[in-house]
Amino acid sequence: MEEIALAERETQIYRKGESTFEITCNKDSLAGAVSQRACVFCGSRVVLYPIADALHLVHGPIGCAVYTWDIRGALSSGPELHRLSFSTDLQERDVIFGGEKKLKSALHELIERHSPKAAFVYSTCIVGIIGDDLEAVCRRVTEAKGIPVIPVQSEGFKGNKRSGYKAACNAMFRLIGTGDTSGISKYSINILGDFNLAGEIWMVREYFRRMGIEVVANITGDGRIGDICRAHGASLNVVQCSGATMDLANMMEEKYGTPSIRVSYFGIEDMSEALYDVARFFKEPDIMERTRQLIQEEVQKIYPELQKYKKALTGKKAAIYVGGSFKAFSLVKAFRLIGMDVVMVGSQTGTTEDYQELEAITDPGTIIVDDSNPLELTSFLKEKEVDVFVGGVKERPIAYKLGVGFCDHNHERKEALAGFTGMLNFAREVYSSVMSPVWKFVPRNTKGNDQTFKR
Amino acid sequence: MSKMPNYISTTNACKLCKPLGASLAFRGMEGTVPYLHGSQGCATYMRRYIISHYNEPIDIASSSLSEKHAIYGGAANLKMGLTNVTKKYQPQMIGIATTCLTETIGDDVPMIVKEYKRETEAANRPLLVHVSTPSYSGTHMEGFHAAVAAAVDQLAQSPAVTNDTVNLLPGFVSSADYRYLQEIMDDFGIKTTMLPDLSTTMDGPALLEYEKIPGGGTPLEAIRQMGGAKATVEFGRTLGKTRTGATVLEQKSGMRSHRLGLPMGISETDRFFACLETLSGRTTPAKYADERGRLVDAYVDAHKYVFGKKAIIYGEEDMVVGLTSWLAEIGVTPILCATGGRSGHFAEAIAAVTDGVLVEQPKAYEGMDFFDIAEEAETLGPDLLVGHSKGYPLARKLNIPLIRVGFPIHDRIGGQRIIHLGYRGAQQLFDLVVNSLIEKKQNDSPVGYSYM
Repeated sequence: MEEIALAERETQIYRKGESTFEITCNKDSLAGAVSQRACVFCGSRVVLYPIADALHLVHGPIGCAVYTWDIRGALSSGPELHRLSFSTDLQERDVIFGGEKKLKSALHELIERHSPKAAFVYSTCIVGIIGDDLEAVCRRVTEAKGIPVIPVQSEGFKGNKRSGYKAACNAMFRLIGTGDTSGISKYSINILGDFNLAGEIWMVREYFRRMGIEVVANITGDGRIGDICRAHGASLNVVQCSGATMDLANMMEEKYGTPSIRVSYFGIEDMSEALYDVARFFKEPDIMERTRQLIQEEVQKIYPELQKYKKALTGKKAAIYVGGSFKAFSLVKAFRLIGMDVVMVGSQTGTTEDYQELEAITDPGTIIVDDSNPLELTSFLKEKEVDVFVGGVKERPIAYKLGVGFCDHNHERKEALAGFTGMLNFAREVYSSVMSPVWKFVPRNTKGNDQTFKR
Repeated sequence: MSKMPNYISTTNACKLCKPLGASLAFRGMEGTVPYLHGSQGCATYMRRYIISHYNEPIDIASSSLSEKHAIYGGAANLKMGLTNVTKKYQPQMIGIATTCLTETIGDDVPMIVKEYKRETEAANRPLLVHVSTPSYSGTHMEGFHAAVAAAVDQLAQSPAVTNDTVNLLPGFVSSADYRYLQEIMDDFGIKTTMLPDLSTTMDGPALLEYEKIPGGGTPLEAIRQMGGAKATVEFGRTLGKTRTGATVLEQKSGMRSHRLGLPMGISETDRFFACLETLSGRTTPAKYADERGRLVDAYVDAHKYVFGKKAIIYGEEDMVVGLTSWLAEIGVTPILCATGGRSGHFAEAIAAVTDGVLVEQPKAYEGMDFFDIAEEAETLGPDLLVGHSKGYPLARKLNIPLIRVGFPIHDRIGGQRIIHLGYRGAQQLFDLVVNSLIEKKQNDSPVGYSYM
């Protein structure tokens, strides 16, 4: 049988039980391997994107802006400036003579047009090469316009998506500490790393409200500049999707002494644990009691319907490939809850500790993979006879082409999958893909009996 | 005419970047892996963008350049990437397109490829075609044409004897369009090399075994023989002096080329069929005469529903020109033709296809984005928008129908199966436009008749 992976990538694939656990990760993608990863800019863009009252100006040629126009399902309860795609659309002459003047004029023009609360200016590959002084331009526009204009050092080639997350955190950190914190309750938190896809942060905020806890800033789902400026007034940072926003929590802890906890809102188990963790932090019996009650009510609401799905899905096989591996932990548990076996799990940017934890919670034989690519993924899907694959847009056609079910769990989705209701939606999504009658026609199941479908 | 008024910033661009077009063109060549010499993000972003339209896998390899390569040059990564793609995909060809990063750091790709060829054995190496596609000049359409031109330039030989094939260079159309064009050529009995051919590579069947590179695409052997063809037909009224597959062949072997508009609607399709009659020496097959006849019949049946309706048409230049020609001939009034491209030939091409048909010429602007289009729309008061999915926010705001055509169609399924070209495409689009207008009228009506 042909080797699945390039020799250089073999240490990034591990099969549980075959040897002692070891996986290489957090390294640059191999040239020519068709990584599913994006770039530094992408990392910054996805983290800051949901801040709805800020201007997000991409300083670079048109591609970087146009491919990230309105791509996240991140909802806003108010302004929707984040859904527009602004670019300096650098041309050849700008590349030769520098883009600073154009950037300054574009900022003035757009700030006058939209009156944003702040502006983020994203640096792209080419800006890193031609050496535009973003810092200086932003400073001058800040002075002229009286709003924070913040450079985001997100040159595409300077690392991977994780470096982009860091750049986004650095940009937001400049805002924190500039707002008035009076009147903030001592039972208060910031929500970090939820992007309000399909309204998820609204659900989570509602849980916290019922527990008696004030949310100071959403970072960044349905985010507002004003809230971020006063985020240092909160007592606790509750961090989901830690790959993206843990850096910010750490910086805040160092400067403002704000402690943080890592949580996940996916699946009943992790969602409940998240709320309990927050309740435990505040050491307030009333809060704990309300939390217990809330969880009981919410679980009761969804439990009967979940059982129906579990009955149908028990024994089916799932594969997971997501951006950050923290989400993968929750998905492994969520699949277990509906009776399914996870046979492959991987991520674009997991760390050694992440993969260790995955190794600990998965069943023997499970494939664990870092920074995979279409050829590897298809071979895993076939080898493990997967029924449903969870991933993003780039993984979807891979599954479908082979006649495998699919559940979209990335930042473009339009279904709320977080919270208790989200668990139900997730089960429904998986059910509606796995149980579809269309699979009986696909070659995988006709096993070549129908010769015309063999190419 | 250039964009009016002239804003410095771009909001919601009406164009994509050059390497995306090149990647798609390479995807339509047999056994070819598109390869971007740049940082990892470009390839991933473009794959995502393309997948959202086609719902088909598309692997685009990348040099995955990092900071040290940006300083010391990307040659080593390019070579390693080519070797890795060769190992994993066993392609017949790798189509290498540059990006703004590698153009700006000054990587000399032709030179690096030459070196790579010296350092590797020909027997174990796929064909390598390279094209320069800096994202800071031109749009995805320039990238598309440049990749086609590069393939012709670097692969086609100049044989002493000519063969009886015709080269057909349609530009960037839907998978169904490529399929239909091939059917037309076959029915005329014309041996054809269509470059590229995305009919199967981006609209393939469900599979038992995943194909590393999807089947289909223009056979490379056929591209090699293009220099010996008896003629070349190329679509594109706005190409001007752009270096295209046809101009390369003209220079190489003095081949006659016929440059036509995209055959959209009766007038432009008639020109295409007339050309095919000349090239084949046959009259139009009855099948197409029938298609045309039914189309005329439909035009008549529904002419009142569309007459005088004001349309804004936007997108790629040649697509807009074709659509405008068609809409004008059915009685719709194009009021604004907008494109993000800057060929310099757009207004002239719009004038050419509407002259004598329209009483008043529509505004035809290059370098437009959706902020500009929305601003114009406010005073123009259109009844419908015709273009790709990215006009949806405007259509929603104006509460008018959006006729989805071209690329990308990200909010509906089956964009690759829309036929835009020929009598058959005009028929489908005509029914769509008429029914959308009727539906709008019906929905807005307080009565709500269930008949027309």
